[in-house]
Amino acid sequence: MTAIVDLDGVTFSYGDTVAVSDVSLTVEEGEFLGLVGPNGSGKTTLLHLMLGLHDPDEGSVELFGRPVEEFDDGGRIGYVSQKATSRGGAMPVTVRECVTMGRFAHAGRGRLSETDRAAVADAIETVGIGDLADRLVSELSGGQKQRAYIARALASDADLLALDEPTVGVDAESRDAFYALLDELNGDGITVILIEHDIGVVTDRANRIACINTELYHHGDTESFVESDALGEAYGATGQVVHHHH
Amino acid sequence: MSGETPTDGERDRPRSDPVGPGRGLRRTAELAGIGLTGVVAAVMLSFLLLYWAQDLPVASELYAAFRSIGRAMDAAFGTNVFRHPIMWQSMAVGVLVGVVAPLVGSFLVHREMALIGETLAHTAFAGVAVGILVTSATGWSGSLLLVALAVGILGALGVQWLTERTDAYGDVPIAIMLSGSFAVGTLIISYGDGLTGVNIQGYLFGNLAVVTPDGARLMGALSIVVVAAVALTYKQLLFITFDEQAARVAQLNVTGYNTLLVVLTAVVVVGAMQVLGVILVAAMLVVPVAAASQVARSFRETMYLGVIFGQLSVIGGFAVSIGLGLPSGGSIVVTAIAVYLATILGSGSSVKAISTHG
Repeated sequence: MTAIVDLDGVTFSYGDTVAVSDVSLTVEEGEFLGLVGPNGSGKTTLLHLMLGLHDPDEGSVELFGRPVEEFDDGGRIGYVSQKATSRGGAMPVTVRECVTMGRFAHAGRGRLSETDRAAVADAIETVGIGDLADRLVSELSGGQKQRAYIARALASDADLLALDEPTVGVDAESRDAFYALLDELNGDGITVILIEHDIGVVTDRANRIACINTELYHHGDTESFVESDALGEAYGATGQVVHHHH
Repeated sequence: MSGETPTDGERDRPRSDPVGPGRGLRRTAELAGIGLTGVVAAVMLSFLLLYWAQDLPVASELYAAFRSIGRAMDAAFGTNVFRHPIMWQSMAVGVLVGVVAPLVGSFLVHREMALIGETLAHTAFAGVAVGILVTSATGWSGSLLLVALAVGILGALGVQWLTERTDAYGDVPIAIMLSGSFAVGTLIISYGDGLTGVNIQGYLFGNLAVVTPDGARLMGALSIVVVAAVALTYKQLLFITFDEQAARVAQLNVTGYNTLLVVLTAVVVVGAMQVLGVILVAAMLVVPVAAASQVARSFRETMYLGVIFGQLSVIGGFAVSIGLGLPSGGSIVVTAIAVYLATILGSGSSVKAISTHG
């Protein structure tokens, strides 16, 4: 197994407020990791640290076996931020234009090739929104928007999907369909890291759970998480903290 | 930002965008508009080139032909403007502004950086003030806009530096910079009062007579630079504008492209200031793009329509300005707003929530 993300003793603060404290964890290839914790527990910050959007104050981060600050193969990661999916911005961008952005890391400064266009069309079909390709993203429902962003990640041939609360504001039926799609992609070998506030959904879908509240309370397979009382501890912010170094 | 997001239950609602022949016709009209704009811009650039090279053998004949076309236009319209080369200089600047301002504005507006355009205009005003001092010291009139350009670009880098260090695009430091640079400009102008015969009011409100051959040529060169820069970095600017965090994760140099965008904005502002004036220049970055966003069915279409609406505003504004003897800046901006209102009525939808600031 290859480590996709490797955090070692990572600490990060906003000014005087410690958001993430001494977190060490590894995400292996093919994992479906659920990242859970109460509101304001540092989940998004931790994901940002994994992706190199923040530099840790202490500790180190490796992406695909390379120090995150040296990592330059952006096409390998498909990232769907909370902001991207929750905002109802008026910027007129079609689904096809949005998904095409997934090819930019490959095309570099050059023009898009036929291969790029084919990958975009494929990705749009895979997530089942072929009939919406020329619609504006701003006009889509929450569930459809999610699919557009996932298609963007697929178009880039991402090995890692990082999703920050992707189903906020999405109705139950579309949410189930969306998670079925994630399962399918994970089955195809894509590593998934998912921040999700609904613990039930995460424990149904993810095969590994990391539970944090500034510090890491639990990291392991889903069964051990369900059996443990890490959740109560993290949400009550009492009890023991897990330290596992490698 | 408070745009409405439809719920999943609405996914089957009828499409409001034209399909089939309607869409094809629309696309043809857009391409025709862009083509026409390109031709007009090319004619204006050739005029600038011919005016510059009018003493050379072949150019002098072509330039003479240009002048006679101008006289013919005066005869046809019953005016007394097109025979004057200075009029063509001003029109050239206007037409080029109509192309480059919406081009850069498309990213700026949707990046929620419209206030930055306004700020850079005021910084450039301080640049004009410094330029007046330099001009009076050197006696070279061409230096005025070059100094304004240099100060404008420094201001752009300053704004970029500030925004990188404040929370998102925190508007207080930007607002301080906006009024601060204007204040410095007024102080310098008062200090240097009477040093030169430069028409400050022209730079404030826009005036066709402010345009000098040097200024028009500068605008021509800057336009080529801006169009080339946008064409070469379209993909990256689009990605960063639409989803900055994902662009960062995709390893795009977001800071670099943001810096490029503010520098391009400063370049457009300094060029456009001649006909629009410092106070109105930001409108050309924003209003045609807002109009285009109201009706566009893709981002590419937003850029096309932005340029077409920008061109309509400039040409309509010039007609008003020449016909009624009014300042060009106000005429162009009022025309642009009329176009914007027409798109709201025409699209039949509510005003789209585009924020000037996040």
